[in-house]
Amino acid sequence: MSDASPARIERRSLEDDAFRVVSARASLSTRLRNLWARRELLTSLITSDIRIKYKNSALGILWSMLTPALFLAIYYVVFSVFLKNGIPNFVIYLFSGMVVWNMFQNALNAATGVIVVRAGLVKKVSFPREILALANVGAAVVYFVIQVGVLGLYLLAVGHAPAWNYLWILPIAFLALYFFTASVAIVMSAVTVYLRDMEHFMAIILQLWFFMSPVVYSYENSIAAPLHRHGLAWLYFMNPITLIMLTFQRVFYVATTVHSTTSAAVLKILPTWPMSTYFYMNIGLLGVMIGLFLVSEMVFGRLEGNFESEL
Amino acid sequence: MTTVIDVEGVSKQFKIHHGRHQSLKERLLHPKSGSTEVFHALRDINFKVDTNETVGLLGHNGSGKSTLLKCICGVLQPTSGAIRLRGSLAALLELGAGFQTELSGRDNVYLYGAMLGFSKKMVDGIFDDVVDFSEIEQFIDTQVKFYSSGMYVRLAFAVAVNVDPDILVVDEVLAVGDERFQAKCIDRIQTFQNEGRSILLVTHNADQVRSICDRAIVLENGRMIADGPTHESLRIFREHLMDSATEHDHSGVLANISIDSITTPSGSFDVRSGAGMHFDVNITTQTAYSGNFVMEIFTRGGLLVSRSDAKGSPVNLTPGPNRIGIDLPQIPLLDGVYDVNVGVVDPHGNTVVAWKEQAASIQVTYDGRESGLVEMGASIRQQ
Repeated sequence: MSDASPARIERRSLEDDAFRVVSARASLSTRLRNLWARRELLTSLITSDIRIKYKNSALGILWSMLTPALFLAIYYVVFSVFLKNGIPNFVIYLFSGMVVWNMFQNALNAATGVIVVRAGLVKKVSFPREILALANVGAAVVYFVIQVGVLGLYLLAVGHAPAWNYLWILPIAFLALYFFTASVAIVMSAVTVYLRDMEHFMAIILQLWFFMSPVVYSYENSIAAPLHRHGLAWLYFMNPITLIMLTFQRVFYVATTVHSTTSAAVLKILPTWPMSTYFYMNIGLLGVMIGLFLVSEMVFGRLEGNFESEL
Repeated sequence: MTTVIDVEGVSKQFKIHHGRHQSLKERLLHPKSGSTEVFHALRDINFKVDTNETVGLLGHNGSGKSTLLKCICGVLQPTSGAIRLRGSLAALLELGAGFQTELSGRDNVYLYGAMLGFSKKMVDGIFDDVVDFSEIEQFIDTQVKFYSSGMYVRLAFAVAVNVDPDILVVDEVLAVGDERFQAKCIDRIQTFQNEGRSILLVTHNADQVRSICDRAIVLENGRMIADGPTHESLRIFREHLMDSATEHDHSGVLANISIDSITTPSGSFDVRSGAGMHFDVNITTQTAYSGNFVMEIFTRGGLLVSRSDAKGSPVNLTPGPNRIGIDLPQIPLLDGVYDVNVGVVDPHGNTVVAWKEQAASIQVTYDGRESGLVEMGASIRQQ
């Protein structure tokens, strides 16, 4: 009963607080500001994501290291015994492309359906919804870091030195990878709300994408020559993953040409670009990917308005 | 007084799809199948809420109150207009919506806090209070999926009310937990009021609004039809409830009964405490109706003093004017103004067929020395 309550205690005045505006359409800068303001929620969601994944398993988080390590062991056996393709240290080549691919795939597998899966939350609690997709990307980054760690341990074990002088380009390539993955994840999470087929569709697209990227084969050693002959190399490089992978492979695998272990041939494995080309291409790619991220934010903003009636 | 919620010209439209396909194949095959209808959930809503205010948002199911609330909380974006908020806001929309059942109660407290927009440091500071309030200390490290529904809701409520929000938005969640926990929740809301925070309470429970709110806003079909002192708004709410019930009443019973006036033999509604009083209620009907008569007495503060037995006072209304007499042999109330509501309900006492809110106000004068609501006439002596 209001009229029977005791004298009210004065709380801090809110007069100086700025108004927050909830309106029909938030500008891009407002969206980014809101996103930044809720970064603590992002870390919370990433940790809970990882925790849930390994909850109830005896080895827990150790699995995130064990899985890539066991994969590495399987590849080692397969490519040094059964599928000898003549490329020396093929496991290192394979794994340096794999870490890039795994991050992209892990993030998208989780993020594509995330808004639909967490519809209950999306419809009840207010927060920038793309954080859900970004949390999946963040979790993928954590697994990526662990896998790179496993790769590092393997390099140490077999005594294979990375290209130390190229190492500084790696963070640029990684950031480009991050922004690309985040952009695709944000857009796909929103599109799936309207077209539930996307989850199945994505599985096929990702499989195709995997073989369009130089993970299990060497670009220079296989399709580079025919593509160049027809002037179609640019098409292959429209896939942002390609350049990022080549950079990772250049850093970890190092050699651009090698002597085949099965014949006398000399194999071209990686592009023989100078360091400056790697740098300029990666920095250029990063710029484009940041632009793409901004576009994906705008697209998400357009799509999110009708989530309520579609979920 | 500072405005903390400013709702300005807010409208919200939903597109309702009839038979729209959600898979790619179906959309490609039937690009134009299904029709889309625009539904106006909110039309041009304007109001402000200041600090120190507790405002009730009343409306029937489908009146748009939950939509408005979701817009205020930022879950939905209005189609046009703007909502401006000052200070932090905690919304009790659906308790535990943000919980991850695989995680422990402890992890969920932090996650839910982050979801409501509070930093880890702030949650650290209130963690013990949250656990205390929710009364689940021994299960705080258990996975939430093993919680009972009561524990689940208690934990969520505890987080939301302990994070120190400037604005608390409550949506019909006070019906959770056992009676003791409910009392605790009401208690906490009253503490909030005393601390000068703003509360927006959404409900279709008029009694709850009466007892908690200073002001009430009534929504109907997406329009705001009242915004004023609680008893004024409640009167409009009840009247519209009758109006809309009449619209949907096919047997035509409701349209035919109207409560015209309430009178006393002397014409005065002043009474001395302890004295008796007689009311005459004039009712006109078109057709005969047998039901029960009900009377309610409220304090101006919104406390229900008495409601007569809705099954024990049968009346047989005949076509034309009817007069019903109410005898109150002795009114034990103390000083004050009391509102009288009267109505006719069906023979089972369930459905209201005619109602008049605030049909009369009685002024009671008391010259004894007791204080409170009623005179008990206690005699106290040492033995």
